[in-house]
Amino acid sequence: MLELRNISFQADDGGKEIEILRNINLTVENRFVAVTGPNGSGKSTLAKIVAGILAPTEGRIFLDGVDITEKSITERARMGISFAFQQPVRFKGITVKDMLSIAAGRETAVSEVCSMLSEVGLCARDYVNREINASLSGGELKRIEIAMIMARKARVSIFDEPEAGIDLWSFQNLIRVFEKMHQEIQGTILIISHQERILNIADQIVLLADGRIEKVGSREEIMPALLGAGKPCRTLSDKLIQ
Amino acid sequence: MDAIQQELLAQVAGLHEVPEGAYNIRANGEMAGRNTTANIDITTKEDCPGIDIRIKPGTKSESVHIPVVLSKSGLQESVYNDFFVGEDCDITIIAGCGIHNSGSAASAHSGIHRFFVEKNAKVRYVEKHYGSGDGSGERIMNPTTEIHLAEGASLEMETVQIKGIDSTERTTTAEVAGGASLVIKEKIMTHGKQYAGTDFTVNMAGADSSVNLISRSVAKERSRQVFRSRIVGDASCHGHSECDAIIMDEASVSAIPELTANHIDANLIHEAAIGKIAGEQLIKLMTLGLTEKEAEEQIVKGFLK
Ligand SMILES: Nc1ncnc2c1ncn2[C@@H]1O[C@H](COP(=O)(O)OP(=O)(O)OP(=O)(O)O)[C@@H](O)[C@H]1O
Ligand SMILES: [Mg+2]
Repeated sequence: MLELRNISFQADDGGKEIEILRNINLTVENRFVAVTGPNGSGKSTLAKIVAGILAPTEGRIFLDGVDITEKSITERARMGISFAFQQPVRFKGITVKDMLSIAAGRETAVSEVCSMLSEVGLCARDYVNREINASLSGGELKRIEIAMIMARKARVSIFDEPEAGIDLWSFQNLIRVFEKMHQEIQGTILIISHQERILNIADQIVLLADGRIEKVGSREEIMPALLGAGKPCRTLSDKLIQ
Repeated sequence: MDAIQQELLAQVAGLHEVPEGAYNIRANGEMAGRNTTANIDITTKEDCPGIDIRIKPGTKSESVHIPVVLSKSGLQESVYNDFFVGEDCDITIIAGCGIHNSGSAASAHSGIHRFFVEKNAKVRYVEKHYGSGDGSGERIMNPTTEIHLAEGASLEMETVQIKGIDSTERTTTAEVAGGASLVIKEKIMTHGKQYAGTDFTVNMAGADSSVNLISRSVAKERSRQVFRSRIVGDASCHGHSECDAIIMDEASVSAIPELTANHIDANLIHEAAIGKIAGEQLIKLMTLGLTEKEAEEQIVKGFLK
């Protein structure tokens, strides 16, 4: 369980303090939770604060009741927080296999790497020894990023817009990956997304706007408001019949 | 050979036993073993220290090992090795020098290697430098390489210096004839107060010649590195040099490229990037559970792989 208490974050924007997150209170149970909201509403900032990449200006963060606010990125990773970046990082000379081994915390066999990669829809053999450098496409990098997080089998897995840059055809596959994750859920999955299909898998949806939590609720409660309908519609056909 | 020399040999030439094919092993200034084959002849020079290696035209998939090891503190030597590679050969040459210095006097090896590669021959040349020993005496290596590529010939040189050399000044010059190609890949890591200088001068004299120089280096602590490259295109040709360096601590790295085109169809490019490890790379690896130090090591290891 992840708990955020009164989290605020201010950044220094050329000598001027700007408030990016304001008094965020959120308890995330061991479930599949989606965070959505307009561009610039503070979603990635919130994820970075949980991973320890940014320190909140105010407030505290608890993981299973333990205060982790002062813990480093490494300590948090070792305690079970993993984070798939919105913009994956490229490396020279580090291969996909190296990276998945680092993520898994042990040496991984080629066959294992292959199956991790096919989970995220990459034709495995071709990628095992590829370097995670500029030669990989944006979509390929995104999928490797997702595979890395899956390899960690962490207590809290955060995905920042995993669908971004993934083609429509593979998107279907990605939805299945997350549906499967949802079924086999061990800990908490926190997905930042703008995609209806992903939000639809979530047990809980958090709507951020302008650095504040605007709404938290089940998908039945949140989705209609998001899609601009007045009341919950289960399926598209329901909506049409009405 | 003693244990120290054997360890040096393993480090610089990957040799744990007597290699297959032709070889010449030099230990503390003396010949410690030699083998020739029907196609590869090795003879001792008469006018100066060193050897001549003659490879018959058409020799394919054979290799020559010519490692040098120094374990006597204070030994300083200059060795002249000439390679004559006949037409249409396809061979691998593995050189390499290891110095173990446990004394207080400087040990130095200057290897002067000249390659005369005939038409359409193909050479892969691998050279590794390594130093060990806890003496205060410096371990110095100054390799000079002179390459002559005839029409259609190609040479790919890989040099690696990762550990233990206090001072190195590498000078490489090459003449590339029409249709010939030269590729040089260098990897260097320096630490402490080490110095590594690299100086390439390549002249592309014939049509459709090409050269590609790729240097990857890591400078740690207070070490210094200087990378100089001079590429001259006298014909229609492709020249590319790339210096990519990671700088850490209080190290210093200079990249000084010079390109000269004397022909309208000479295409010459130089790329140089020097900088510290990207913060986002460290952060990414830390979110995977590595400490900052471990993350740094992984990045450096990958970079020099
Ligand atoms: N260091 C900073 N200095 C100034 N502004 C910042 C800084 N970091 C973030 N911001 C601003 O904070 C806001 C929130 O950024 P964040 O990346 O969290 O948005 P987001 O909700 O993830 O958006 P998107 O949907 O586009 O990914 C943005 O307006 C951004 O420009
Ligand atoms: Mg974002």
